Amino acid sequence: MKDALGDVQSVLVLGGSSDIALATVRKIVGRRRARVVLAARKPQSCEAAAVELRSLGASEVHCIPFDATDFGTHEIFVRSTFDRFGDFDVVLVAFGVLGDQARAERDPAAALDIVQTNYTGTVSVTVPLVNRMRTQGHGTVVLLSSVAGERVRRANFVYGSSKAGIDGYYQGLAASLASSGVHVMIVRPGFVHTKMTEGRKAAPLSVSPDEVADAVVGGIARRRDVVWVPPAMRYVMMILRHVPTAVFRRLPTS
Amino acid sequence: MAGPDSAGAELLTGWGRTSPTLATVHQPDDLEQIVSRVTAPSARGVIARGLGRSYGDAAQNAGGDVISSRHLDSVLAIDVDKGTVTVESGVSLDRLLRTVLPLGWFPMVIPGTSHVTIGGAIASDIHGKFRHGSFADYIDRMRVVTPATGARELEPGADADPFWATSGGMGLTGVITEATLQLQPVETSRIVCDTERATDVDDCMDRMLAGDHEYRYSVAWIDCLASGRQLGRSVLTRGNHATLDDLSTHDRSAARAYEPRTLVGSPPWLPNTLLNELTVRAFNEMWFRKAPRARRRHVEGIKQFFFPLDRVRNWNRIYGSRGFVQYQFVVPFGQEHVIRRALEHFSAARIPTFLAVLKRFEHDSRSLIGFPMPGWTLALDIPTAPGIAGLLDRLDEMVVAAGGRVYLTKDARLRPELLQAMYPRLDDWREQRANLDPGNLMRSDMDRRLDLSGSGSGTRRGRTEHLQ
Repeated sequence: MKDALGDVQSVLVLGGSSDIALATVRKIVGRRRARVVLAARKPQSCEAAAVELRSLGASEVHCIPFDATDFGTHEIFVRSTFDRFGDFDVVLVAFGVLGDQARAERDPAAALDIVQTNYTGTVSVTVPLVNRMRTQGHGTVVLLSSVAGERVRRANFVYGSSKAGIDGYYQGLAASLASSGVHVMIVRPGFVHTKMTEGRKAAPLSVSPDEVADAVVGGIARRRDVVWVPPAMRYVMMILRHVPTAVFRRLPTS
Repeated sequence: MAGPDSAGAELLTGWGRTSPTLATVHQPDDLEQIVSRVTAPSARGVIARGLGRSYGDAAQNAGGDVISSRHLDSVLAIDVDKGTVTVESGVSLDRLLRTVLPLGWFPMVIPGTSHVTIGGAIASDIHGKFRHGSFADYIDRMRVVTPATGARELEPGADADPFWATSGGMGLTGVITEATLQLQPVETSRIVCDTERATDVDDCMDRMLAGDHEYRYSVAWIDCLASGRQLGRSVLTRGNHATLDDLSTHDRSAARAYEPRTLVGSPPWLPNTLLNELTVRAFNEMWFRKAPRARRRHVEGIKQFFFPLDRVRNWNRIYGSRGFVQYQFVVPFGQEHVIRRALEHFSAARIPTFLAVLKRFEHDSRSLIGFPMPGWTLALDIPTAPGIAGLLDRLDEMVVAAGGRVYLTKDARLRPELLQAMYPRLDDWREQRANLDPGNLMRSDMDRRLDLSGSGSGTRRGRTEHLQ
């Protein structure tokens, strides 16, 4: 159970090789002997992280297979995971792909791959996940969203639109779970230095996975609805949302 | 208002208003309903809940059933010869006092609020300003509904093991439905009390050791924000039941009157920043200054002496929506330095906390996982804020090293791995508990968090839950 000061005892990560998710779990297991389940398309890719998390104090770490785009398996995945490991205090929904924007603009298969992972796959696993969380009557579901969905840009609009979609879905979901005991939190980081963004030019206000992790852990403790990282990003996006289109298109980051 | 045994989904928290979880709350009004609910609960188990005054997660059960004792509110019998009263478990201390005090009887142990139920008082084996026993020491018999036995009568002599597993057992052996309490005779409803200021914590403890034997009740209120030479400056309040001779002629006409009133209510919403270091420091300063340096034989009412906070309804809301935790620990005599170190930590961290309460115990709780042990106990409310978790974790280590323990009824954040060291009879309790509830049907969020029952890490039992 999550305790009164926000420390948690069990975490499920969907997208178990996500840099941000692993940074978050590191902080959690440093505080309490938590049980960790890392779910990833290639579970063997999580083994190194599992060893590290055990050494940091996790009571147990398991790596299990999860394919975000194999929609038909999601219901069984959720049921078998909760049956095997019990309640989860926190579920980090952390999988996603950035994709190749240029290719996705020409190749429908490439565009669909981004959308199906980031939007359809997330919805598909969230429905059974939330059913199960309702049954347990407690816990936090954390969506790693992005500022990219806040106002979609020319530079990455396939990815951006998928994040806009799932962010909207989670906003409504959070409202629907308001008195269920289940807490939903949307995390909107700006540019984060991770393997996903490796080789790309960092945008202003860029942050490390560690900074995002701090914000996530703090947000879980305080039952926040939305967390911006860095916090100033909230105001930057508030302005950007209202910039006229003609101006917005000319901004260097667009 | 909901009718008997009507069930409804409700978000529940403890008195500290942290960690809300959803449960199906039932309000049975007869034994049969309770027996069927306890012996065949939903897959996520069942726990009893009284007035919700446990600070943490002891009386909530995420996704499961909660049995409210709201309708178990009858005073069943009063034996004026033996000085005993038999009540249903949902009767509050307030109700009990209204009933027995005018007849010249008084409970042996009274906590800091009258808004607790008798069932909860037994399940927590609560204590008060009385140093020589805790609540369950004065229970002659009780009826408890356990998953293994259904309704069962327990007496401390004949059924010592299940009795002392249930008393202080945090509700995890079953649902207490009624109890018979021993009372003490009193001539009046007043307390003759002496008040004195202590300049620091050592002075306070010295005064308690030197003079406590003259008083039935003793408590010290400590200003946690004072530091340096004033560390632990406090006001010591001690008293005895007043006799008729102690009262003025005017008061004698209503010698056993008991009319506690709520003076003010706290509004439902208050900002999280209302209590900050400055406002609380100012309050504590005023409170210390207004206390007399020494005042002898002052006559106070029961509520004034025992329940000062009951005068503000929902006072827990002043900490804002984020809520607060109460930290209460006890350390054996000889470990006074832990009290001092704890006060230093709180003072240095500048936690905006009102007064801490310092008391002495001269008895061991007979409950297998009861709190009191001979020694010093310190309790204080702490608003939830970043940094608190680490501070309290460090204090836990000091408490364990000193052979002490934290109080489960107040707890909302202890690390489970410290439980065994704090409660050396934990395994005995688990064995007795398992006899009464072999299928682990009694469940609470506290049990899930601390794995009190030892039936596998609380959450791990999800597996069996699903198979049921």
